[in-house]
Amino acid sequence: MSAAPLVSVRDVSKIFHRGSEDISVLAELNLAVEAGEFLALMGPSGSGKSTLLNLIGGLDRPTRGSVEVDGERIDQLSERALAAWRARHVGFVFQFYNLMPVLTAERNVELPLLLTNLTKRERREHARNALAVVGLSHRLEHYPRTLSGGEQQRVGIARAIASDPTLLLCDEPTGDLDRKSGDEILSLLQTLNEEQGKTIIMVTHDPYASARASRTVHLDKGQLVADQPT
Amino acid sequence: MKYLTLIWSNLRRRQLRSVLTVLSIFVAFLLFGFLCAIREAFSAGVKLADADRLIVRHKVSLIETLPVSYGARLALLPGVRQVTHMTWFGGIYQNPKNMFASFAVEGDRFFALYPEFILPPEQQDRWQQVRHGAVIGRSLAERFHWKVGDRIPLTSPIYGQPASQPAWEFEICGIFDTSKKGADTSGMYFRYDYFDEARPRGKGAVGWYIVRSEAAVGADAVAARIDREFANSPYETKAEPEGAFAAGFVQQIGDIGSILMAVLSAVFFTILLVAGNTMSQSVRERTEEIGVLKALGFPGGLVLLFVLAESCLIALLGGLAGLGASWGLLAAGNPVPQLLPLLYVPGEALAQGALMALGLGLVAGVLPAWYALRLRTAEALRRNG
Ligand SMILES: Nc1ncnc2c1ncn2[C@@H]1O[C@H](COP(=O)(O)OP(=O)(O)OP(=O)(O)O)[C@@H](O)[C@H]1O
Ligand SMILES: [Mg+2]
Repeated sequence: MSAAPLVSVRDVSKIFHRGSEDISVLAELNLAVEAGEFLALMGPSGSGKSTLLNLIGGLDRPTRGSVEVDGERIDQLSERALAAWRARHVGFVFQFYNLMPVLTAERNVELPLLLTNLTKRERREHARNALAVVGLSHRLEHYPRTLSGGEQQRVGIARAIASDPTLLLCDEPTGDLDRKSGDEILSLLQTLNEEQGKTIIMVTHDPYASARASRTVHLDKGQLVADQPT
Repeated sequence: MKYLTLIWSNLRRRQLRSVLTVLSIFVAFLLFGFLCAIREAFSAGVKLADADRLIVRHKVSLIETLPVSYGARLALLPGVRQVTHMTWFGGIYQNPKNMFASFAVEGDRFFALYPEFILPPEQQDRWQQVRHGAVIGRSLAERFHWKVGDRIPLTSPIYGQPASQPAWEFEICGIFDTSKKGADTSGMYFRYDYFDEARPRGKGAVGWYIVRSEAAVGADAVAARIDREFANSPYETKAEPEGAFAAGFVQQIGDIGSILMAVLSAVFFTILLVAGNTMSQSVRERTEEIGVLKALGFPGGLVLLFVLAESCLIALLGGLAGLGASWGLLAAGNPVPQLLPLLYVPGEALAQGALMALGLGLVAGVLPAWYALRLRTAEALRRNG
């Protein structure tokens, strides 16, 4: 019997309420992601990719069903416990980088470490290491607006890995980048997956990006329609 | 404290807006400091009043005089320990802008009734010898840079000048200090015997009497006894404990306290709107960033604290600077010495102001902070897409 998957989404439904209208986005969806996988999540716009990613990352709760990550039922955690859980277990990478404009690259990467017990020195060290991994050691003191899109996204990835989470969740990380910068980001993610063993779930519209993943799943009308290893 | 950089850097986000908000809070608290100083100046007399001391004046008003002969009669009344009198002179030095409080007093009794004024014994002796001598308070001496031995020519709006002389001329025999913090040392006191002899009119009249009552009898009882004594005479009196007298004087000028309160309430209400508006704008335009913080695992309570801390920081920056400036400016120099000789921001007002600044920060920040606390992470991040 093989080990339990790192992420298991079971019979999950998600219904949003907008006014009197109910919007059913996910319907009895099941998904298992093994530790060490690099999963690409594709599907048309509005199919619920971000919604699913948010459920796995503990940013939102399912209407029905369960979400288990590393043996923990995160859909049952309190708000407070969930926040602490996110800090320890997941790193988010966003399409529009979402860096703090008022903080330098180094301070941005240090941000999630403020929630740990590390000393100032240790935090700096971790932040610098993370920036070194993404190849931005020479940009520590730069503010986001002085960095290119690709560089900003690399800072975003450094921030996501700074606290060494098991799971990286990326919502269209290359969606706002040109091919070349996007390529660099994808290579970086691949390296993190292959050399550091990070489990990655990446939402993307781009078949070229999904080709870099170890498996691709398609979401349509609230269901996974195909599940193919690449 | 590791979060301080984060909070501080948020203030630098829109520097102009932060600066303007801090500036308006600064101005409000500067005003607060000044108004507190003015209120303090008006009420200082009430606070410093000596419980045993009474003021006996003409029943109709303070401007009417009393006969000098009342002194002896007052001294004979049971319950009266000491008596002296004062007469308003209103000295003008060189030009009418330089008017200051000056009084004709009994040189040998004045300091006995006002023990809070301290004059070196040799200066007191000198004053007894020089008929046209005067003693002045420390702050008056500093205002005009007068020294012991100077001869000061004065005119009076009431008594003009003495017969056949261009001006009254007084020799400064002494400079007194005070043992009571906040007591008024902006006055000049000269001898009644010289004054009464030289003045062209009103001879034999005094402005009011100062009486020290026996503590055992009580100031109120002695006051009633004095008024009874002179009832139905051509000069009926009104005797009051000093505190009540000072309070009545303040009442005449208007209810300064409530006017100030009204002005301040309006000012602070406005400031509250300004600060509250700044905070909610700044939090709303940061919605995504707050979403990111929460996604990174910052608990809602901490995010709430960030917003409150930022709001308090703005309020305290402006508030403390404003209070400090009002204190410093008045400490450096009194702009209206002739109007309000004792003008300073009292310590309680500074403490009260600091608390108000903190309160302002909390109240202005509470709604935006609540918004940040309630903000749903997933929805905050969706705004982007
Ligand atoms: N908080 C919400 N309230 C109401 N409706 C929502 C909410 N969040 C998502 N939806 C709806 O759910 C559906 C799926 O949204 P989601 O963001 O998951 O799509 P997506 O697959 O990520 O799309 P895209 O590729 O455009 O990012 C959409 O129709 C969206 O309008
Ligand atoms: Mg999406």
